[in-house]
Amino acid sequence: MTLSATPAPARARSRGRLGVHAFLLVVSLAFLAPLLLAVYASLRPYEETAKYGYFSLPRHLSFDYYRQAFVDSGMGKYFVNSLVIAVPGVLITLFLASFVAFAVARLRIRGGTVLLMVFTAGNLLPQQVIVTPLYVLFNKIPLPYWMSDSLTVYDSYWAVIAVQIAFQLGFCVFVLAHFMRTLPVEILEAAIVDGAGVWARYRRVTLPLCRPALAALGTLQFTWMYNDFLWGLVFLSDGDKLPVTSALNNLRGQFFTDYNLLAAGSVLVALPTILVFLALQRHFIAGLTLGASKG
Amino acid sequence: MTAARDGERKAVPNTRARRAGRRGPRRHTRRDLAVLGVLLGIPILLDLALIWGPTLASVGLSFTTWDGVGDITWAGFKNYDNLFTTYPQFWPAVRHNLLWLVFLGVFAAPFGLLLAVLIDRGVRFSRFYQSTLYMPVVLSLAVVGFIAQLILSRDQGALNAVIGGRNPTDWLGDPGLNIWMVLLAACWRHTGYVMVLYLAGLKSVDPTLKEAAAIDGATERQTFFRVVLPTLRPVNVIVGVITVIESLRAFDIVYAVNKGRNGLELLSVLVTDNIIGEAGRIGFGSAIAVVLLLVSMGFIVTYLVQELRGEERR
Repeated sequence: MTLSATPAPARARSRGRLGVHAFLLVVSLAFLAPLLLAVYASLRPYEETAKYGYFSLPRHLSFDYYRQAFVDSGMGKYFVNSLVIAVPGVLITLFLASFVAFAVARLRIRGGTVLLMVFTAGNLLPQQVIVTPLYVLFNKIPLPYWMSDSLTVYDSYWAVIAVQIAFQLGFCVFVLAHFMRTLPVEILEAAIVDGAGVWARYRRVTLPLCRPALAALGTLQFTWMYNDFLWGLVFLSDGDKLPVTSALNNLRGQFFTDYNLLAAGSVLVALPTILVFLALQRHFIAGLTLGASKG
Repeated sequence: MTAARDGERKAVPNTRARRAGRRGPRRHTRRDLAVLGVLLGIPILLDLALIWGPTLASVGLSFTTWDGVGDITWAGFKNYDNLFTTYPQFWPAVRHNLLWLVFLGVFAAPFGLLLAVLIDRGVRFSRFYQSTLYMPVVLSLAVVGFIAQLILSRDQGALNAVIGGRNPTDWLGDPGLNIWMVLLAACWRHTGYVMVLYLAGLKSVDPTLKEAAAIDGATERQTFFRVVLPTLRPVNVIVGVITVIESLRAFDIVYAVNKGRNGLELLSVLVTDNIIGEAGRIGFGSAIAVVLLLVSMGFIVTYLVQELRGEERR
């Protein structure tokens, strides 16, 4: 087909291609600009940008604000808090969701479809619908001191982790069930013939085949749990326990906000997810599209 | 290939039925049942106790007046009556949520589709474009809110520095203007998400379809709208669901900007304000939450019914 193409349309096409490039480049730069601006602002002292504006040439560049955000405002501590929530959250969610998906998709248990629907719908609910009763519930459940210094589930990581897991289970079950349906049944049948029980069929036969899907979901879930803002805000009252996204507000002064410090804080908060994204981009995008591409 | 797959699909229930018939109730050993019970029980319990139980409780509480401490008293539809007639922030919030939905649906989603189509045509540096356009999606919405302040604040914001002028516009403080700015920030994040979904969808479109359309003399535009887009139906459905859910859930950006006041009211913010704040009007907050629930359930059920039909076809 390309052989028959005459020079004129070819030239038109290459001009069109140039247009596409120009368009994509402009859009990409527009998308990057806010981030670049935040980085640029965070490197300059407040007095300078207040006087000359954000678009002036730099007279003084330093990492002072990063040091200030990290050391003086204790962001290091909040980072640890975020990890304390996100890491167990992701691992437990993946474990439980993969088993439910296995039972629904591979064992074809009775009521499996209903189960799938219940989990999926649960993930789509607006968070605010469940916030109030959970708030009350968590305040009512006592915990021993060694588990929570507030003596209730409220104001402890247990609350945030449990809600994260319950909420994200829906999405993971949905995606993994779709993924497992695409695996060949023959392997599983062979395992049954060999006398493998449910656990062996799940752990030894199905899970290893799901590694790409689990990697994709793990990456995605980590950024989602890390980025979450509401649960920490609602279920933690002790400021020292807040995850880093919710703690960003602490950088705002009572009467005066140093936006450059806030920019440094924002860049610090965004950095882990951006690094995870750049390093595991393939997994990340696969995670989003696993559920979508198989209708 | 499709024939083979169909055969495989049909074969599965057959063998299963035969096996079930032969082995009957001994399909699972006692150990199997224990594993199933525990590992299905925990997630189901979690889901019921922390998601669906509270959902029902919210519905129940919305018919009461309760401050979170004292007695719970039945109030009938009083909360709803107050909400619809006297609560001043309710209708503005509904309007903002609707605006959010329309804005994401009319601008962000089609723009994401456009970008996906352009990138899918195989331009060079497509990896670079894809990564950059997708970058905002991995950011926390709270961070998006703060970056928006950096650009849009009145006295030092970058935008006002570019525009200049003696009377700087207060982009985030002006109650008639700030919602649009926040919507732009939300679009910044939503576009990349939609783009990635469509990119994956476009990759799975059978190229022979496009070739057949081209042979039949269809223009590129006709091919796209009449052939490619209809085959992307599953992706369209997912994008629709995500757009609706995102706009009903919208919370973080406005909360980061100014805690959702002064022109940035949203239903989610009203719920949070009524139950966490000093007000402690839990019954009333729940009524707002139930309004949110009803709207989203409408969409969720429609979506699941579609999924279910697909499931049966399998």
